[in-house]
Amino acid sequence: MELLVASGIGLLFAAGTYLLLRGRTFTVVIGLTLLAYGVNGLLFAMGRLNTDKPPVLSLDLEAYADPLPQALVLTAIVIAFGMTAFVVVLILRSFLEVGSDHVDGTEPGDPGTLRTYPDGSPVEPVRAAAADSQEDRS
Amino acid sequence: MQLALIVLLPFIGAVLPALMIRAGRNACAIATFTVTATALLILLVQAPRVFAGEVLHFRAEWLPSLGLDVNFFLDGYGFLFAGLILFIGLLIITYARFYLAKEDPMGRFMAFLLLFQGAMVGIVLSDNILLLLIFWELTSLTSFLLIGYWSHLPEGRQGARMALIVTGSGGLSLIGGMLLLGHIAGSYDISVIITRGDVIQASPYYIPALLLILGGCFTKSAQFPFHFWLPHAMAAPTPVSAYLHSATMVKAGIFLLGRLWPALSGTDAWFYIVATTGLATMVIGAWIALFKDDLKGLLAHSTVSHLGLVTFLFGIGTPFAALAGVFHIINHATFKAALFMNAGIIDHEAGTRDIKRLGGLVHLMPIAATMAVIAALSMAGIPPFNGFMSKEFMLEAAGHTAWFGLAFDPTVAIIATIGATFSVAYSLRYIIHVYLGPKRDDYPHQPHDPPFGMWAPPALLVVLVVLIGLFPNTIVGPLLATSAGAVIGADLPYYSLSLWHGLTPALFMSIFAVGAGYFLLTRHSRAVTFRERFYRPEAKEIFDNAVAKIVGWSRTGTWALQNGSLQRYLAAMTGMALIGGYGAYLGASSAPGSNPMLPVPALAVVGWLLLVGACAAVVILHRERLFTLVLVGVIGVIVSLGFLYLSAPDLALTQISVEVVTVILLLLALNFLPKKTPIESPMPIKARDGVLAVLAGIGITGAVYAMLRRDVDSISAFHLANAYGGGGGTNVVNIILVDFRGIDTYGEIIVLGIAALCIVALLDTAMQGASGRRIANWQVDMRRSADRHPLLLVVGTRVMLAFALVVGAYIFLRGHNDPGGGFIAGLVVAIALIMQYMASGFAWAQRRAGLDYHSVIGWGVLVAGLTGVASWLFDYPFLTSWFDYITLPIVGTFEVASAIAFDLGVFLCVVGSVMLALSRLSRVGRIAEHLDVAEGPMDVDPSLHPNGPPSETRPTSSVAAQ
Repeated sequence: MELLVASGIGLLFAAGTYLLLRGRTFTVVIGLTLLAYGVNGLLFAMGRLNTDKPPVLSLDLEAYADPLPQALVLTAIVIAFGMTAFVVVLILRSFLEVGSDHVDGTEPGDPGTLRTYPDGSPVEPVRAAAADSQEDRS
Repeated sequence: MQLALIVLLPFIGAVLPALMIRAGRNACAIATFTVTATALLILLVQAPRVFAGEVLHFRAEWLPSLGLDVNFFLDGYGFLFAGLILFIGLLIITYARFYLAKEDPMGRFMAFLLLFQGAMVGIVLSDNILLLLIFWELTSLTSFLLIGYWSHLPEGRQGARMALIVTGSGGLSLIGGMLLLGHIAGSYDISVIITRGDVIQASPYYIPALLLILGGCFTKSAQFPFHFWLPHAMAAPTPVSAYLHSATMVKAGIFLLGRLWPALSGTDAWFYIVATTGLATMVIGAWIALFKDDLKGLLAHSTVSHLGLVTFLFGIGTPFAALAGVFHIINHATFKAALFMNAGIIDHEAGTRDIKRLGGLVHLMPIAATMAVIAALSMAGIPPFNGFMSKEFMLEAAGHTAWFGLAFDPTVAIIATIGATFSVAYSLRYIIHVYLGPKRDDYPHQPHDPPFGMWAPPALLVVLVVLIGLFPNTIVGPLLATSAGAVIGADLPYYSLSLWHGLTPALFMSIFAVGAGYFLLTRHSRAVTFRERFYRPEAKEIFDNAVAKIVGWSRTGTWALQNGSLQRYLAAMTGMALIGGYGAYLGASSAPGSNPMLPVPALAVVGWLLLVGACAAVVILHRERLFTLVLVGVIGVIVSLGFLYLSAPDLALTQISVEVVTVILLLLALNFLPKKTPIESPMPIKARDGVLAVLAGIGITGAVYAMLRRDVDSISAFHLANAYGGGGGTNVVNIILVDFRGIDTYGEIIVLGIAALCIVALLDTAMQGASGRRIANWQVDMRRSADRHPLLLVVGTRVMLAFALVVGAYIFLRGHNDPGGGFIAGLVVAIALIMQYMASGFAWAQRRAGLDYHSVIGWGVLVAGLTGVASWLFDYPFLTSWFDYITLPIVGTFEVASAIAFDLGVFLCVVGSVMLALSRLSRVGRIAEHLDVAEGPMDVDPSLHPNGPPSETRPTSSVAAQ
């Protein structure tokens, strides 16, 4: 059972990480959701695995599952929902503002994506360095 | 206290010139002068005690845990330097008042000058080496400001930058060296370190410490091969050059060599590194100086050469040589400062510093010429001036130095004589090519002697040059004895301060040098041709290329990580986290855990396989966004089933209800977003991300598995034991949430509420600007059901609502003793309400609900907070819970706990937040689709039209969307 739980959590992490690294915001949110499942599972596993020992006091049970990680995970689930809701609305608004759901805010290949350094020098590293060193000579 | 005051005065006083400049340039100069004069006065008051051999201390703790304390000490050596810095500072301030043009911002200049002066005095008076390092860096920074003072000139900026890079890098090296030195000596106080020379030299860290410290000293004092920055720093205004390169900045390295001389000198390493560097610098500097046509360039290289001379003397390692070094520091400061100011006068009055355009100035500027001749002769080492004596000392010391350790070993003496020859040649050139010769008529300006304020400061120094030469014992005898004594630390060697020492070898070397030097000058043009035949590396070009290369590399390196793509940043961060995690794993032993495993029922395997399948499907099919949502729902259900199986019923309930809400939310958002993800990641990127993801998964699997097979030492035993007695309930998870860790929960619901309010803020403003235009021009991109609010759904959800609310109430009430509670109940009730909104339309449901969800959130937080505050009334801490059992007729005995009020707050907050977020999102959806607010709950309402529907009930836009 331990192996199944561990690999399940690992699987959620792997899938979440992969989706998180995609370029579109919706996919990133899905990745975040999967990652949240994984993290909750990880936290929960801190209390070790038990079956048929819910932490509800009763006369029939001698031992109980660790209630503390459960309490933490319970709030984590709700907070993860709050965070997901906020992020979803954020990406929605950003899509409405810039017209692209790419994480960088611009469609790849769009000439508007030509990036510059804060000082305005061009993106190409070699040319940028040369321009910089000539700055004073002129 | 006075010691600290000497250092602090210039720093504090730096405010004065900046303010006084408003009252005019004279006021500004006088204020600066007063500050320096006061500091000098305080220093001179200490003179009797210093000359009596006393060492004055000032100690104050600053950061004792780091060994950094404000410790100053004043001995003869420190007195000499502090005196030089402040005295020449006074002359420079006077000179600068007349040198600077009207349009130069003098307030800034004087303020920089005082800051620099304070930093220099700080170096020479610091006892704590860490404090010294701070002042050392301060000199680098303030000299940067001074050298780049004329920031409109590119040479000024470049020179300042070069000086900063070279001396700043040296400063880094010095920090390393000083820390090592303090570690070896066991103390960060110089006064202690210089008494522990034998311990230091026996340490295996001696060589590294020595090399690092010398790196700092040599860069600061412009020793070969770091000498190139000094000539470029000549782009500074002449007062700055005169100050920095005669008595201060470049002397800092020399000062430190002398200061640490007792601790570091005397070894072979010291001799071969320091003496060789000094000797080489002396000869190379003098050789280059001979060919510089720019007066300041000539003086700059001459400075390099003389610094090399002092370094060479300290490097020899004998007390006599060290004494000669200290003597030359005094002499060099006097004649070099005078010469720099003289060069400034020529530049100022004749309009050029180019030797080729000068000559014959003696007829036009007799005062300046007299001073120049005396100072330059002193620099050449011609009697009866002070430069002669220290040069004799140097040649004497060189004559007694054996390079290879042989009995007859004249190498050093010969090289030193060659250096002296060049020195004579360029000094005479300063006199002959500039002042002597016929008067010319093509000077850029008509030269004449400068105003009194400009020639008085160098004149004072020239007087000193002569007096020291004629009456050395009276003028500098005691000062030299005290300061050299402080360097050597033991009894002074035999020396005699006089012009005539008899027919010594040094005298013959001197005579040869003067003769050969003069001869060389007469063949100057031929020497120039000779020199130009060889390739000469241009230091500035090499330096600029090196800097450009480094900048290029760092650009490339930065570009590889920081190209503006968030995906790349995230991949880099994930990669770093993986490296950290796997690094820790490889660096530690990791035996597998030994606890027995739980058995695996067949159902668990099915669930696991479902999870694997769903995860794989999400990854493979993530471009189909709607389908992805279905899969996410599947995963959520499996996770909640897992919680259920693993003894966490509360979590299972929470997870499954959150799942519903999340999917609804994502669906609403997806309404606006593209329904498919384009294919754009190239294969290598996919492979990279895949590798990162797989590694992350494996790492987490391993970590979780290793953890699960080990014992846990949990604090939960306390919670289990006290839940019933202290919290009055049996559901320990709920008791933890509302009681033990109530304040956490309180924080959580506030965060949830804030998230909901932020969503409102984001969506309510979405109707403006670019976002508003996009919504206004929205094209519905999916097929819509013709029946927006189907009869069956409307009626069904209404029936369900009552049941759902009862279930919510039930879950809420049982939460204290059985799985349930405010969080879960809140989600269940929210889902029940959402169903009404979905079925009957936003407006209809909102009218009937009559709830302002903003205030529901507010009430939730308020109720929870007030429950906590209530415990104050009974003198208990915030959120202490109370419970009791009440017996009512019919109902029976039941429990009343204050925790349930807190849970009510949680409940309200969850309901409010979820409803607020979803309702706002759906409202934007309605506006975007240009749908009218539906009046009735159903599109087709049989009760309104018993005879059949009217002909026009469909909203037009859903037809248009087809």
